[in-house]
Amino acid sequence: MKISGAQILFKALAMEGVEVIFGYPGGAVIGIYDEMTRQNIRHILVRHEQGAIHAADGYARASGKVGVCLATSGPGATNTVTGIANAYLDSIPVVILTGQVPTALIGTDAFQEVDITGITRPCTKHNFLVRNVSDVGRITRDAFAIARSGRPGPVLIDLPKDIMQMELEEADVNFNGEYNCEEEPVDRSQINRAVEMIREARKPVIFSGGGVVMGGASAELRELARITGAPVTSSLMGLGAFNASSPLWMGMPGMHGTYCANMAFSHCDLIIGVGVRFDDRVTSKVDLFAPNARIIHIDIDPVSIDKIIKTSLAIVAGAKSALSAINAELAEYSPSSHVSIWQEQVLKWKREKPLSYKKSEAIKPQFVVEKLYEVSRGEAIIATEVGQNQMWGAQFYHYKKPNTFITSGGLGTMGFGLPAAIGAQVARPDAIVVDLAGDGSIQMNIQELATAVQNNIPVKIAILNNNFLGMVRQWQEIFYQKRYSHTDLLGNPDFVKIAEAYGAKGLRASKVEEVEMIIKEAFATEGVVVMEFIVDREEGVYPMVKPGSPLTDMDLGPMAPEEDSRAEIGDDPSTRSFN
Amino acid sequence: MDERENVISILVNNKPDVLARISGTLSGRGFNIESISANITKDPNKTKIILTTIGNKTTLAKILKQIAKLVDIITVEDLTGRKAVRREMFLVRFNWQLEGRKEKIAALVEKKKWKLLCANDDTCIVEITGENGLAEVMALTDLGMEDFTRTGVVAIEKA
Repeated sequence: MKISGAQILFKALAMEGVEVIFGYPGGAVIGIYDEMTRQNIRHILVRHEQGAIHAADGYARASGKVGVCLATSGPGATNTVTGIANAYLDSIPVVILTGQVPTALIGTDAFQEVDITGITRPCTKHNFLVRNVSDVGRITRDAFAIARSGRPGPVLIDLPKDIMQMELEEADVNFNGEYNCEEEPVDRSQINRAVEMIREARKPVIFSGGGVVMGGASAELRELARITGAPVTSSLMGLGAFNASSPLWMGMPGMHGTYCANMAFSHCDLIIGVGVRFDDRVTSKVDLFAPNARIIHIDIDPVSIDKIIKTSLAIVAGAKSALSAINAELAEYSPSSHVSIWQEQVLKWKREKPLSYKKSEAIKPQFVVEKLYEVSRGEAIIATEVGQNQMWGAQFYHYKKPNTFITSGGLGTMGFGLPAAIGAQVARPDAIVVDLAGDGSIQMNIQELATAVQNNIPVKIAILNNNFLGMVRQWQEIFYQKRYSHTDLLGNPDFVKIAEAYGAKGLRASKVEEVEMIIKEAFATEGVVVMEFIVDREEGVYPMVKPGSPLTDMDLGPMAPEEDSRAEIGDDPSTRSFN
Repeated sequence: MDERENVISILVNNKPDVLARISGTLSGRGFNIESISANITKDPNKTKIILTTIGNKTTLAKILKQIAKLVDIITVEDLTGRKAVRREMFLVRFNWQLEGRKEKIAALVEKKKWKLLCANDDTCIVEITGENGLAEVMALTDLGMEDFTRTGVVAIEKA
């Protein structure tokens, strides 16, 4: 029995448990698409290859599985590059299949030829150009193993057209990967040292990141917090791993982080950092970051350790295995009275200066996010675009579960949210999935509305429309004396009509009292809905730590009057204690 | 911290692109490669790459980690210091037409154990191998040194 390269590819995908591919056909992959008609696999036809890679990325973030996308050679492949870099910076496991011109034409500047392995070398975890049909099975298996192991990341496989058509005796096909991707066992002596440091700490803080979410270590994180009584903060990528309604929750730290989390970093004596990389948006001025703290840094990637922050103890391990080892050692531990005093201090910061905003007659974007939280009872999956919408989504929606906040953290890719929401909805068909968008970024991949409508993927898009590129405008306001150079988007289209033109439902709220109404209507609607909220044009994201300042140097913004301020960042009155 | 020349020995799977991955990783992260040499080993499926780079200890540690992370890397070692023997080779072309130069160059070849590889009336080519010969070769300008080609450093652990 003979088997073709394309058939081997689908066999390997089946072995990896792939259920869905996000893709867009073209000349170099026409053979793969032809074979697809005989295969039992779901394919979601996007409208732009950037949509395919972001959807595969969103699917991976929501499901914890490897996302898969397929694009043709040349422009199809280059259109995925932004999305590949996006997945790379956020360590998301994605396999990108690209078509390539026939092997005999490689290097001749053939029609739709680009050196995509060369182009993506710096933004993939690894990539392959398949040169022999006998390698298709092995390389595909290796690509998945590499993508999901260690610090996950995108892996690209470039598939020349002729290789996909060539045939091989079925007996000669090899599906065994070459690479050993097993995790090394955790170093016990380092675990013991970490336990000692935790026992010695009087003011401990847990700082969790994307490594806890993608590493499936949310339960272990919650257990560590329960045992140690240490207050918890998470990087943008880490939101959801810890339950934001826990009294130990402090909110996100950093540039737009909470007063509480930034004060805690600045006054604690121990940071247990797990699955984080101490990004510049978190540390701000590095020399003045956590001046009194010893730092335990647990990360699966040795490169992350000592890259920005000098650690006292480095543990190179996956979040799940390291945290469960620490938890087991701490089984008999009960925190000292010093820790209770510290908890009281943290709670005081949290109550003193909660996230807040000033109410007005215009719709405040923060209010919209709060209403999304209320109406969905905190159970929705929120994908965001990039900019102010993203920060408000991180601040005013309180995530209870991992894999429910989907955002472009590292690369900051505008246009990520809608296709990522589509991918997340495919992974979680029963969930309410919201793309929290701005009027700028929604227009960067708005064509994917057609993908959602055609494939019955009922995402809800909430556009916070301030007719500005809001985050850049805010920086122009603060740092460039309000010279709003090219951030005014007053040429925006009518988003309700756009929705209707695509066959989706379009709703608009221009008054405060309409906000809740249209959210309820959107969530009750079965199909795709676009909600447009006409919000206060010059609202800013606060608190804000200016780049280069220490974390204690926070601009809290136009503080709301006492009765208006909303304290509820993870503050559930019924459980207002630290037990 | 003190900048110094570091010699890094990398054993890799002999796969397409592996050299490009290493050099791309270093340049993309802002590290400079001073020299590089690569060839297959006793096992033809493996390639050894020796590269030198200038930087302090912290930089070196970062480089070693970044390289070790690449998929086709088997081992990465820092060979800086005493535990390895290192050599590099120069091919130097002299113009020896001027009166007296032929004799002087021939005497140096004899004394320094260089190798005279080829010669005609106008020019000659000499092989110079040493631990770090740049300064020595640059000083030969007065003797008619026109040009040279230099290999990367090669190095091997003593045991």
